[in-house]
Amino acid sequence: MSTTTAGTHATWSDDRAADLTRSLAGLPGPLLEVLHALQREFGYVDPRAVPVVADVLNLSRAEVHGVISFYTDFRTTPTAPRSVQICRGEACQAVGAEALVAHASDRLGCDVGGTSSDGRTDLRQVFCFGNCALGPTASVDGRLHGRVTPDRLDALMLDSAEGTA
Amino acid sequence: MTTIVYVPRDSAARSVGADEVAVALTAEAARRGDDIRIVRNGSRGLLWLEPLVEVDVDGTRVAYGPVAADDVAGLLDAGLLRGGEHALRLGPTDELAWLSRQDRVTFARVGIIDPLDLVDYESHGGLVGLRVAVALPPQDVVTAVADSGLRGRGGAGFPAGRKWQTVLDAPGTTKYVCCNADEGDSGTFADRMLMEGDPFTLLEGMAIAGLATGATRGYIYLRSEYPDACDILRSAIEIGRAAGWLGPSVLGSGRAFDVEVRVGAGSYICGEETAMLDSLEGKRGMVRAKPPLPALEGLFGKPTVVNNVLTLGSVPAVLADGAESYAARGMGRSRGTQVFQLAGNIRQGGVVETAFGITLRELVEDFGGGTVTGRPVRAVQVGGPLGAYLAPSQLDLPMDYEAFAAEGAMVGHGGVVVHDDSADMAGLARFAMEFCAEESCGKCTPCRVGSVRGVEVIDKITAGVDRRANLVLLQDLCELMTEGSLCAMGGLTPGPVRSALAHFPEDFGLTPEEVAQ
Repeated sequence: MSTTTAGTHATWSDDRAADLTRSLAGLPGPLLEVLHALQREFGYVDPRAVPVVADVLNLSRAEVHGVISFYTDFRTTPTAPRSVQICRGEACQAVGAEALVAHASDRLGCDVGGTSSDGRTDLRQVFCFGNCALGPTASVDGRLHGRVTPDRLDALMLDSAEGTA
Repeated sequence: MTTIVYVPRDSAARSVGADEVAVALTAEAARRGDDIRIVRNGSRGLLWLEPLVEVDVDGTRVAYGPVAADDVAGLLDAGLLRGGEHALRLGPTDELAWLSRQDRVTFARVGIIDPLDLVDYESHGGLVGLRVAVALPPQDVVTAVADSGLRGRGGAGFPAGRKWQTVLDAPGTTKYVCCNADEGDSGTFADRMLMEGDPFTLLEGMAIAGLATGATRGYIYLRSEYPDACDILRSAIEIGRAAGWLGPSVLGSGRAFDVEVRVGAGSYICGEETAMLDSLEGKRGMVRAKPPLPALEGLFGKPTVVNNVLTLGSVPAVLADGAESYAARGMGRSRGTQVFQLAGNIRQGGVVETAFGITLRELVEDFGGGTVTGRPVRAVQVGGPLGAYLAPSQLDLPMDYEAFAAEGAMVGHGGVVVHDDSADMAGLARFAMEFCAEESCGKCTPCRVGSVRGVEVIDKITAGVDRRANLVLLQDLCELMTEGSLCAMGGLTPGPVRSALAHFPEDFGLTPEEVAQ
């Protein structure tokens, strides 16, 4: 597997994308399932997916693009190797989520929705992980953590850096 | 003899170290030659005590918590496996007041059983409701649900039986049951806990809905933020198929019903039922105008039952114990139990299932123990981000759809988010508008544009720019969004804004008199 994208993801390939799309084309209303499959495979949904998917599913390019751009989860650029997601729902705000977001933003040198100054970490906001009694909640590399203080977030980010570097 | 030790696999418990506790227990017991079997159960719902470890001592479950991995060796030294004394020992789980004061119907098995053990499920009353339903004509099943008084637990509170009746009466052979598992409201997590802790109950409820209405296909629309629930549900579906109560012939009845999980993609609006249907069809999650009702023209234009996780999860109990038993609980037109969720700045957060009619004060003070910071409660938001902020003076409101509606508030999904006196209510009102702007599907102007203007106007008010004129503008905007939006997103966003203005005008730099005008 090539290394132009992060982690264990494959390099973008129109042929592979078309194969994946065809494998799911028989499902009722398959487009979201297809886009999830592409993102699992490649780590993001390359804009080159639009004509490929549209062709296989017999949709217009506008429909495919419209769906990709509607949903927060679908990324159109390769993601950083590590991810930090912080919940900004009201329940987490009630126990300091905003301060945690500010701290993470400061540490990583980027705003929410951006990538750290070293290009290694994506910082995202999430509206609720369903962990509202144990906030503030953050997810580091897909692992959920409750009662996250700024110090704890630093430790988790350090573990993440050492674990995958 | 093998000792059974329960360590929850609920993602809230995992978020505070349950996996590490399970690993430490396995290793430490092996080192000592202790014969244990660890069951990864759902959470008992006392989330502030997670990871809550339970040991089966001669048939009685004894609780310890919150347990950290570092505590494990000391606990075993203290005789954990025999229920021995320790600073973390809480006593027999069923005797904990927090649990014994509840009336668990929908959550009867959550935390008790191994979520994916069908034998455990059946030995705790599972599949009884489905067996009853299989033996009844569809109309009798629908009538039972109607008679139980069960209303949609997703927030709107629409009578489930009436919805099912519409689908049953609709012509056509292709019908669907769609479970709305897009639990996006901050402060709600009961859907997740049921799916992780007792997934068979949801599947059984969906199968009953299918038999009752003639639908043969079910979809669970699950939010992508719940990966653990997704894995558990998919495993549970496989187990249900293998056991023959999902698939071409439900319990040998010759009637088909099967379920598939579809995962969302981070859009809050897809929790609105028509946007969810569009999303299930692989489209942008755009809200549809009603009519047509989804019960008549729903998924792919076919008659569709759309119910929330807890609604469908309550159905097996209604069929198993009878409509009267369910309807005997509650008050007014709010029958049965609601699974309240205590969240935010609360000392004892978690799940409280009890009959409607309990007061907000009992929930926040008696069960919740006040704020975790120890400061006074300033505001309580009930029913998610679209629910009103209630002031401490309103805590004696009974949890009842109609009583809340009379106060301009809503019970919604039963989420209760507590804020202490450090809360900036103008900031939270602004956030309500900001959230709406972020998550609006964009179909109708009051929501799409109104929310953006709402943020701007609140900013002007708090900055002291032409306060009076901008207050009039904000109130006008709130009225327009309430009356003119296509769905509850734009229609209810003014709820938190107006209530924050009414109860906490000082946070906006206003006087009560100015707001009242």
